[in-house]
Amino acid sequence: MNQLLRYATLPVALAISHAPVAAQDALPEKEAVPQPSSIGSFTDYNAKLLLTNGVSAIDGASGGGISDWATIAGRQESRGVGFQAHVTAVLLPDYLYQSHGLSVGIADRLELSYARQNFDTREVGAALGLGRGYTFNQDIFGAKVRLFGDVVYGDELLPQVSAGAQYKRSLDGPIVNAVGAAHDNGLDFTLSATKLFLSRSILVNTTARLTKSNQNGLLGFGSHANDGYALHFEGAVAYQFSRRFVLGGEFRSKPDNLGLGEDDWLDIFAAYAPTDNLTLTAAYADLGSIATFGGQRGAFLQAQIAF
Amino acid sequence: MLCSAILALFFMQQPPADTIDWDEEFSVETVERDPSTGEVPTDPYDQSNANAGAVPFEGESMAARFGGQDGIRRIVERFVDLNFADPRIAAIFEGHDEVRLRRTLFEQFCYILNAGCDYTGRDMRSSHEGLGSRKADLNAVVENLQQAMHEEGVPFAAQNRLLAKLAPMKGDVVER
Repeated sequence: MNQLLRYATLPVALAISHAPVAAQDALPEKEAVPQPSSIGSFTDYNAKLLLTNGVSAIDGASGGGISDWATIAGRQESRGVGFQAHVTAVLLPDYLYQSHGLSVGIADRLELSYARQNFDTREVGAALGLGRGYTFNQDIFGAKVRLFGDVVYGDELLPQVSAGAQYKRSLDGPIVNAVGAAHDNGLDFTLSATKLFLSRSILVNTTARLTKSNQNGLLGFGSHANDGYALHFEGAVAYQFSRRFVLGGEFRSKPDNLGLGEDDWLDIFAAYAPTDNLTLTAAYADLGSIATFGGQRGAFLQAQIAF
Repeated sequence: MLCSAILALFFMQQPPADTIDWDEEFSVETVERDPSTGEVPTDPYDQSNANAGAVPFEGESMAARFGGQDGIRRIVERFVDLNFADPRIAAIFEGHDEVRLRRTLFEQFCYILNAGCDYTGRDMRSSHEGLGSRKADLNAVVENLQQAMHEEGVPFAAQNRLLAKLAPMKGDVVER
């Protein structure tokens, strides 16, 4: 019955393609050995080890919450196409950030991602003369390719390394220009290395990012005074408590092109996979000063499904 | 008309004689298992602990966390059961010498965990040759090993320490 209920949530095609597997389970000789719970209706749809597809970073790429990792989205390996979708909210003292997105992982090699960010200025909007509840919006289209290495397997000193590019498009051109940004769209380039050190149960990620983004692009790109690319650093460390639960921290450095006192970002996060296809992430994030309003610390919450 | 003729022929068929040896008719080769060990004989190879593919742990703490040889044996038995029953990878294990696999896998884990065994099996590359395993299959095997270790009460960090010894073997065991 449980199986049937799970099928009911999927397109009919999935159910049909899995019918033979279900029939096999029912063979008497298979009953001698109780099977682990992970072998269920999504058998073929979970080729990756749990959590090794990362969660969806706010840029839409797979990674941690605020930093991009070398991981490829979706739960497929070399012969599959996986996808993951997420909804994220960050509850800050003066703002409400929300984003959602979809990413596709092709053959654990190429990741294509899209994310929409909505940044509600609430009362600050009125204070800045934008109007109460003015919301900045941005689209991010990303591509990331795994160059070499493996997060889990192989030499422990050889990480998985990926290169990525993100095209960010602010939907508030006139406003971000008025704030002082030179452009309302821009490209970020990333190079990431991620490794799970099994002997210590610790995952480490480092990412170098070339960027002009002001507050991740929500306040445009570059400024008239400072319109060059700057190299920035993202780092994450996480401890794996079980297959389904990790606890970690992240750091992301950012430029301050607009001279508004833009701060680096920090968070402490917990990611939990209650099922093989759902990941829930909760973090305490310190986003520093945003548009001159300091002390923006609050809860980062995300739900992600991945296949 | 034609149908009824075919049907009539169908019912007129004689059943084949009971005495036919079908294995011989289709030249099926029977594998002779060793009467004492129950294993299928293999081609000769050089036996060495180096074939285990990993440097064993030092000290006795890891062996203790796995419950010594008895615990390791239970884990291996359960692990092999899970793999043979797992629809994702059963086809790879099908037709494999299960008796020998249980023995050599026990020896390998016991040797790596420094629980007082020698490994007498083949090296990882030749023992996995021709299986056509993919990384997804390896992941399924890892999940089954995690399940078996979990059921035996091995702490998660100790599970990962064993996996750390096995993870570098990926290049030898994954073929496509």
